[in-house]
Amino acid sequence: MEPFGAQYALYPNMAGNGFQASSYANDRPPSSTGSGEGDISADPASSGFFTTDYKKHDDLKTMLDSNKDSLKLEAMKRIIGMVAKGKDASDLFPPVVKNVVSKNLEVKKLVYVYLTRYAEEQQDLALLSISTFQRALKDPNQLIRASALRVLSSIRVPVITPIMMLAIKEAVMDMSPYVRKTAAHAIPKLYSLDPETKDQLIEVLDRLLADKTTLVAGSAIQAFVEICPERIDLIHKNYRKLCNLLVDVEEWGQVVILNMLTHYCRTQFISPNQDGGEEIERPFYESSGKDTEDEDDDDEDDDADGDKKKKADKPAPYVMDQDHRLLLRQSKPLLNSRNAAVVMAVAQLYHHCAPKSEVGVVAKSLIRLLRSHKEIQYVVLSNIATMTDKRKSMFEPYLKSFYVRSCDPLHVKLLKLEILTSLATETNISTILREFQTYVTSSDKDFAAATIQAIGRCASSIAEVTDTCLNGLVRLMSNRDEAVVAESVVVIKKLLQMRPSEHKGIICHMAKMVDNITVPMARASILWLIGEYSERVPKIAPDVLRRMAKNFINEEDIVKLQILNLAVKMCITNPKQTKLLCQYVMNLAKYDQNYDIRDRSRFLRQFVLTSDKPCALAKYSKKIFLATKPAPVLESLTKGHDNYQLGSLSHLLNMKTTGYQELPEWPAVAPDTTVRNVELPPVWKEEREPVRGSKKTKQRQPSTDLKKFYSSSSEDDDDEDDDEEEDDDSTEEESGDESAEDKEASDESDDEEEKKKASSDSSEDSSDDSSDESEDSSEEDSSDEDSDKEVKKPVKPAPVEEKPKKSKSKADAKASSSGGGGGADLLLDFDDLGPSLPAPAASSNPVLGVADLLTPTAAGSGQVASSSLSTSSQSNIVQGISIVPKEHELLNRLSSGGLTVTYKYTRTISIFSPKMVSLELTFTNAGDKPFSAIKVGDKKTQAGMEIHDFPEIASLGVGSSSTALMGINFNDTTQAAGFQLSSEQGSFSVSIAAPVGELMQPHTMGEAEFKTQQGKLGGMNENRETVAITEAKTSPDGLCRCVRSVANLLQVPSSQPDVYFFAAQTLATSTLVLVSVKVQGKSSKVTVNCEKMVIGTMLLKDLKRALTSSE
Amino acid sequence: MIHSLFIINSTGDVFLEKHWKSVVNKSICDYFFEAQSRQTNPEDVPPVIATPHHYLINIYRSSLYFVAVVTTEVPPLFVIEFLHRICDTFEDYFSDCNETILKEHFVIVYELLDEMLDNGFPLAVESNVLKELIKPPNFLRTITDTVTGKSTGVSATLPTGQLSNIPWRRTGVKYTNNEAYFDVIEEIDAIIDKSGTTVIAEIQGYIDCLIKLSGMPDLTLSFVNPRLLDDVSFHPCVRFKRWEAEKILSFVPPDGHFRMMSYHIGTNNMVAIPVYLRHNISFREGGGGRFEVTIGPKQTMGKPVENVVLEVPFPKSVLNVTLTCSQGKNSFDPVSKLMTWDVGKIDPSKLPNIKGNITLQTGVPIPESNPTITVMFTIQQMAVSGLKVNRLDMYGEKYKPFKGVKYITRAGKFQVRT
Repeated sequence: MEPFGAQYALYPNMAGNGFQASSYANDRPPSSTGSGEGDISADPASSGFFTTDYKKHDDLKTMLDSNKDSLKLEAMKRIIGMVAKGKDASDLFPPVVKNVVSKNLEVKKLVYVYLTRYAEEQQDLALLSISTFQRALKDPNQLIRASALRVLSSIRVPVITPIMMLAIKEAVMDMSPYVRKTAAHAIPKLYSLDPETKDQLIEVLDRLLADKTTLVAGSAIQAFVEICPERIDLIHKNYRKLCNLLVDVEEWGQVVILNMLTHYCRTQFISPNQDGGEEIERPFYESSGKDTEDEDDDDEDDDADGDKKKKADKPAPYVMDQDHRLLLRQSKPLLNSRNAAVVMAVAQLYHHCAPKSEVGVVAKSLIRLLRSHKEIQYVVLSNIATMTDKRKSMFEPYLKSFYVRSCDPLHVKLLKLEILTSLATETNISTILREFQTYVTSSDKDFAAATIQAIGRCASSIAEVTDTCLNGLVRLMSNRDEAVVAESVVVIKKLLQMRPSEHKGIICHMAKMVDNITVPMARASILWLIGEYSERVPKIAPDVLRRMAKNFINEEDIVKLQILNLAVKMCITNPKQTKLLCQYVMNLAKYDQNYDIRDRSRFLRQFVLTSDKPCALAKYSKKIFLATKPAPVLESLTKGHDNYQLGSLSHLLNMKTTGYQELPEWPAVAPDTTVRNVELPPVWKEEREPVRGSKKTKQRQPSTDLKKFYSSSSEDDDDEDDDEEEDDDSTEEESGDESAEDKEASDESDDEEEKKKASSDSSEDSSDDSSDESEDSSEEDSSDEDSDKEVKKPVKPAPVEEKPKKSKSKADAKASSSGGGGGADLLLDFDDLGPSLPAPAASSNPVLGVADLLTPTAAGSGQVASSSLSTSSQSNIVQGISIVPKEHELLNRLSSGGLTVTYKYTRTISIFSPKMVSLELTFTNAGDKPFSAIKVGDKKTQAGMEIHDFPEIASLGVGSSSTALMGINFNDTTQAAGFQLSSEQGSFSVSIAAPVGELMQPHTMGEAEFKTQQGKLGGMNENRETVAITEAKTSPDGLCRCVRSVANLLQVPSSQPDVYFFAAQTLATSTLVLVSVKVQGKSSKVTVNCEKMVIGTMLLKDLKRALTSSE
Repeated sequence: MIHSLFIINSTGDVFLEKHWKSVVNKSICDYFFEAQSRQTNPEDVPPVIATPHHYLINIYRSSLYFVAVVTTEVPPLFVIEFLHRICDTFEDYFSDCNETILKEHFVIVYELLDEMLDNGFPLAVESNVLKELIKPPNFLRTITDTVTGKSTGVSATLPTGQLSNIPWRRTGVKYTNNEAYFDVIEEIDAIIDKSGTTVIAEIQGYIDCLIKLSGMPDLTLSFVNPRLLDDVSFHPCVRFKRWEAEKILSFVPPDGHFRMMSYHIGTNNMVAIPVYLRHNISFREGGGGRFEVTIGPKQTMGKPVENVVLEVPFPKSVLNVTLTCSQGKNSFDPVSKLMTWDVGKIDPSKLPNIKGNITLQTGVPIPESNPTITVMFTIQQMAVSGLKVNRLDMYGEKYKPFKGVKYITRAGKFQVRT
């Protein structure tokens, strides 16, 4: 650690002029246009900023109508200022709404903000803006699509509900997960506007729930909870996916998902705490350790089904459902979240759904939250208070964490007291009482009083300390502070009532105090006590009554009532001495100002002071007044809170809030457990099926994985990183922190497309990796094996699955034939999506049609839409071509003494820099000695090129192989990038020259835009040739496949059947590359337009070669 | 979820409102004001207030109340945590979060609020993503915008982070000087009783980072003694599995400042208390009293104790105090009855001392208990738990970063009962 610290004196300075200048608050005028308004805004104290009178509105209107963006922006900023302040700015609606078409993004954004605020009030005018949003919904830019949907769904104009519905339906099919997330948010908005749409929305929601991106999951569940929490059946098939994705979902989504899953858990599983709560784990778990989860996740998943069947047959003893276990296990790591809400959500899940023995794990994390903001403390403490009621032992070790600090807010102090009292036991009571002693002297009197009550509760619950507490309380009665005294009297009263026999002394003492105590409640309590136990103090009691009678008229009402009470009781027990006194008091009370007291005296008089004929009840008066009363139960303030789900608002307020859903009781018999078996082919199915189907052949695989994982982990961190990743891949475990691995990041970032492919990819992956683990040569076999299994495997959940299965196995075959590429991520790959989801795909077409009808103005944009949404029905769009990257050899084992290195272009955006071509290198050691420390050595690159090294591979054993990702910025040239592959066994110079087709990335655009761009790139930038296309490649499918295999292009929809358009951008300079092919038999025309002439000509050459070749 | 937000200043003025669903009139805040008026201390306002149709969830921060209105069942912590996150974002953008600054940048504030929630549900909260969507105020950019007539305040494209699996980091980060700094900050929470024995002492630690590294660095940080840590919570970037398995922090860091980890070392470990207090506070019948406090270092491993401040909240019956201190300055606020003694650095050879007389209001019974003294201090270059960073390695990038680690121990809620 020497390099650290030594020079660290620099640090404060560094922080100062770091990337965020800390001083920008004062050196920047807030108006970015710097126009005349700047001076107003520069002085925030001047109210001019927020107050605008009518004249100013005129001035704003002219600014808005001007054609200068800067003026408009300034005006909008001022208007937003009014909105923010809550001032009415609705009269500006017409001029503002006109600017919704503004090209300036900031103006547009502010107009959107304004619209969402006022559209509801000016519905007719708001309709003017709708067509703009509809057009924006089809924008190629996902951010614009998303914000258009947000505004459209936020303006709350009932007329547009059909349009909203269409927009949502389209958006859930969007390629961008961000847009889909926005769609999920729009669903409850539409529902609140028009509850009639519920059924339709549920359909849409069902689709979103099936979404596999983590970004969408949280919002989809939130929509589910808001519109149809009763439709728990929608969750079944997504349950396992949700559990597995949980760790990767953003924190807010985690909270919502955890809460929903708690409900799910309570309806679908049986209570884990039956028969004494001892759950019996299968031997499998015992061997692997109950809490070492994550590594064996996949295995458990695999076994889940088989296990469930076994369990169904034998009802007892209780075995936890594997899915139940999965939820608990996947949520546990979230206890370490930085977000208090997430931690609380896990805690409530464990509290409500986990076996007793396991709930304890959450305690530590909850204690950690106590160090957080005071509001968080308050909520957490009130939940802990409920938990301690039920599970005392859980928080006992943390007793001291609940000690009160003088700076805590009052509500926190009270809750802490509450918890301390519930935690009190015979062993710790003495420390708690000592602590209470300091609290009693607190200058905060409310708190001191609460402490006394707490002492009372301790005394009543723990018999051993009752005497100590009573003595302490009696001592407090001589306290200087009235509130303290009063409170102690009240508490003593309650305590004595519980065990009156032994405390004569205390009663005497209290009787003596009655003159000194002025707090009415306390006086009343003393009088009641004396009346109740007057036989124990026969001498004192009449005297007390005498003194009270003397001062009757000056007492508070509550005391007067107790004096009457005392008088009657005395009169019954000791009529000789007190009858007259009693009469005197009654007479005083008869003329009291308070009618309660008058009533009471009249009522009581009938019992004791009847002269002529005693009323019927009088002879029972002793029974009535001196019956033994049940002792009060001193209970905590938080009693009753436990009726509500922990962590909920209802729990905190102890009242049922709007929209609160009761937590259901556990079902007696577990509902059908097979419902969670997934019917659609999601990713993780693949991982399960082969294993389950062919345990014999495959079973050993994971264990070797594990072994390898551990053995290499001891060698080097870095290497282990890779291994872990492979481990993840091979099991396609979607969760786990490892997904943050930068290597995967690129895959993940355009996962949206990838995930739609679902099956093909994953089986590719798994076959790929399994082959990596074993032998290079076995690659073909193992993946073949996979696909074989797929086909042979009897399809379980019936016909729906038939189709996807086939296409999947087809994809597998494809994959394996070329050696199984892991990252064949093509932007448009709907092969599997189409057949597997027939219903939504079919419905999307009419949607589009109607949308166009509704928007006559946006006629031109319809086609943009079809390109961007790519669900269009255009005839010549060929979807679902999975181009499998070719492997190229980088280093031959003959020249390197055993090390074979191959590379392929993943065609994904490089994680290192968007300008780089992403390459996946596969290292295989085919030699007879291990290689170690394989890394990039010296580089020989042209100017402008950059090579991003792959992470060093620490060692590569004989026969093993490893993959790594690297990035090269070729700077849009086809020059080779040379570098040295160095290892301890020698270094080898290699070079990679990318074919021109790999230097680009797909670019989305519509036909209209394509044509405009093509028009701009005429002349020198256009390369055109007539080509005789091979017969086999004239079909749309064949042609697209051919073109796409040559270059990383994206097809653009075209209105003519025989003309195909493709578009891309070069990586380094983002230059457009446009390709159009017109198929006309032998004289087909291929045109390439690109500003970079070299790229244009070379691409044309490559395309020509590919199209004419007969391969 | 979150229906509306009102920001209220200390004078009870609603100076900013934002609605994510239909508009809720600001008269709803009257319920809040009512609850507020019942409390003398602003901190005591209950965080959740139920009104007939709405629920008000509020936080109090930098003397502003952030009041969120919700209409349906929602986990209260969700809202509270989110409100704090909003404040954090403001502080991140404007370096502070007070009324003046919020008013000054209200357009950015409003844009931020609009971007952070959609329909009351969080949309983009990650600071790196937000900063790409809405640029923080920056003097230089304002100038260029003025000159070129363009506005670059908002971004036209979706930040790459939003879609990736590592939303906290943006792509294409580039620095000429690549630096990574780690601050290990430990706060001692303690209650010391009258006789000087420790009632409770715990350590709350944080590791705050300032990372300015180009590209996509993958860092691993290891400790010499990771087993010390009782309970930890991480920034989402930290790979939890590796921590569980090897007690190594492995992460792709966000760009800039962030809190990577916070940890808690509980009561069962012995915590070295770095300072002690000798005090003699007494009240006499007849309206007077004596006050004397001496502070001295103990168990500081030879490091100086700096920035020492003592706060003594005197009982309400105290009229005035006349104190003289051997070092630093002291002041007494007659309204809140708070005496503050700014000691500075403790010189072990000459212990700082403060003494003098207390004047009580006449006719009021003498206070029952002595005030609880809050002590603040800082000790540089020492982590009181003994936690030590072992090494930092970087993978995935080839340059050599400049690395630094700094240890600070300071008082958290450090109270001495007298």
